[in-house]
Amino acid sequence: MKGRSLFLDAYVYAVLVFIIVPIAMILAMAFSESTYLTFPPEGFSFRWFGEFFGSPRWMAATRFSLAIAVCTAIATSVIGTMATYAMVRGSGRLRGLFQVLLIGPIVVPHIAIAVALYLFFAKVGLSGTTFGYVMAHTVIALPFAVFTIAAALSRVDPALEDAAMSCGASRFDAFRLVTLPMILPNVLSGALFAFILSFDEPVISFFLAGIRDKTLPRMMFDDIEQNLTPTVAAIAVLLTLLSVLILCLAGLLRSWSARTQRPAAK
Amino acid sequence: MTGTAETKPAARHTARRGFFSAEGRQLSSGGVLLLMAPFLALMAVAFLWPLFSLLSLSVLEPQPTLENYERIVSNPVYARVLVRTLLIALMVTLLCLAMAFPVALLMVRSKGPKSVLITACVVLPFWSSVLVRTAAWAILLQRHGLINQGLQAVGITDQPIQLLYTRVAVIIAMAHVLLPFMVLPIYGALRNIPTDYSRAAAILGAGSFRTFRDVIFPLALPGVTSGTLLVFLTALGYFITPALLGSPQEMMIATLISQQISGTLDWPFAAALVSVLAIFATLIALIFSRVMNFNRLMGGGS
Repeated sequence: MKGRSLFLDAYVYAVLVFIIVPIAMILAMAFSESTYLTFPPEGFSFRWFGEFFGSPRWMAATRFSLAIAVCTAIATSVIGTMATYAMVRGSGRLRGLFQVLLIGPIVVPHIAIAVALYLFFAKVGLSGTTFGYVMAHTVIALPFAVFTIAAALSRVDPALEDAAMSCGASRFDAFRLVTLPMILPNVLSGALFAFILSFDEPVISFFLAGIRDKTLPRMMFDDIEQNLTPTVAAIAVLLTLLSVLILCLAGLLRSWSARTQRPAAK
Repeated sequence: MTGTAETKPAARHTARRGFFSAEGRQLSSGGVLLLMAPFLALMAVAFLWPLFSLLSLSVLEPQPTLENYERIVSNPVYARVLVRTLLIALMVTLLCLAMAFPVALLMVRSKGPKSVLITACVVLPFWSSVLVRTAAWAILLQRHGLINQGLQAVGITDQPIQLLYTRVAVIIAMAHVLLPFMVLPIYGALRNIPTDYSRAAAILGAGSFRTFRDVIFPLALPGVTSGTLLVFLTALGYFITPALLGSPQEMMIATLISQQISGTLDWPFAAALVSVLAIFATLIALIFSRVMNFNRLMGGGS
């Protein structure tokens, strides 16, 4: 028994090493002085961060990706909340269609969506536009946001809204003043998820990119494919910091949601 | 991800009611349509219609024909790409499963700092960039990268061996990238098994292996199925890792599609390839839709 659990521990730690070592290695390389990505890193400098922040091309790509990610987060949480509310509170007529449409973007490979949108956007003149990217990213982020929001919404007692409406509130006011505050943490974590999904999304970025306006993932792809400079390692550090920040925010939202959605004591 | 903190009673509450069940004062049909309109419009314009026109391009250009599909099957080069894609996706899935199950098991069984450590190692990569992780493998597997240095140091080889741009590189890096998608659903299933069950099995005289085989594993099976299917489907259409780490002579379907679009500009043929991939993935998902619980993807147990 003891031996077996020791074996399990050892195996799991080996897997964790496999997970962490490549990531830790690229993070360490960001602080190297040398022009090549070698390990162990030589010297210590912030040179590659300077390279990133000083380059107009990297900065333009970062701003472009940020704009897309912010719009995607807003579009996903608004459209997702509206649709989820309609599904949870409405009669079930559209439910089958809704669920099929939600599972669609998870099941259909991203490359298929990317290629289809590339062709379609070229026809209607949306290639390389912020609007095109936001539509594409919202499609792939929506399923995850809806699951998150639905989890909270199905825990809100509908009697609360009924009570508000009996007291003269409109349906919209009942939602805005009663339901929304209770599901807000989940709506925000849906938005957070959509943000990071869009900001990191490489496949749709690859196919939709125009010649001039490239997103950050597309610039990274080109760099990895062609030169593999330590600038990518510096970006890796920045992206990892962003992930940690978002994870912390998500954790805060989770404890907030646990407080607002505690089942009422009978 | 966000469902993880669900309290037990709340989870049961949700399960009893069903995920999207209507209760309380119902919205009118007009209200439902109005609220659904942006969602339906977006899905119609940016998902259904583009995929549909791609599908029609593959069978209608220049005249109604199935020639593009015939080419995929009859040309040995393309047929080999299909078989290779299936094999690589299968290998990646098995590798992920072999790594993920023990990790998920220990994640459920451990407490305190150990559990925090394991969870952090699993969750952080889930939120971090696919490109960063692929770049890390590109660096590790270089001619003078860490792995070649290590192999030379222990004397397995005196010359650096070609690791980058091989099938092995693609499989290892893809398993690394997709691992969290396997761990989280299995963890979700294992977490929902009451600890009393293994204690009850032990009292009834089952050894730890028998408890695992007859009690724990069957109850974890839905999570295993979701994870396996999710990883397999994602791996089938995976583009980034094979494009950056794979060999141009050993293409997978996604890299072939990209090459047809940017290189040969053969749109109807590329459309046929995309359709084959999308239809195949959809069929697999349909077959398994009974056992697949998409809510598990979010790490939620309910």
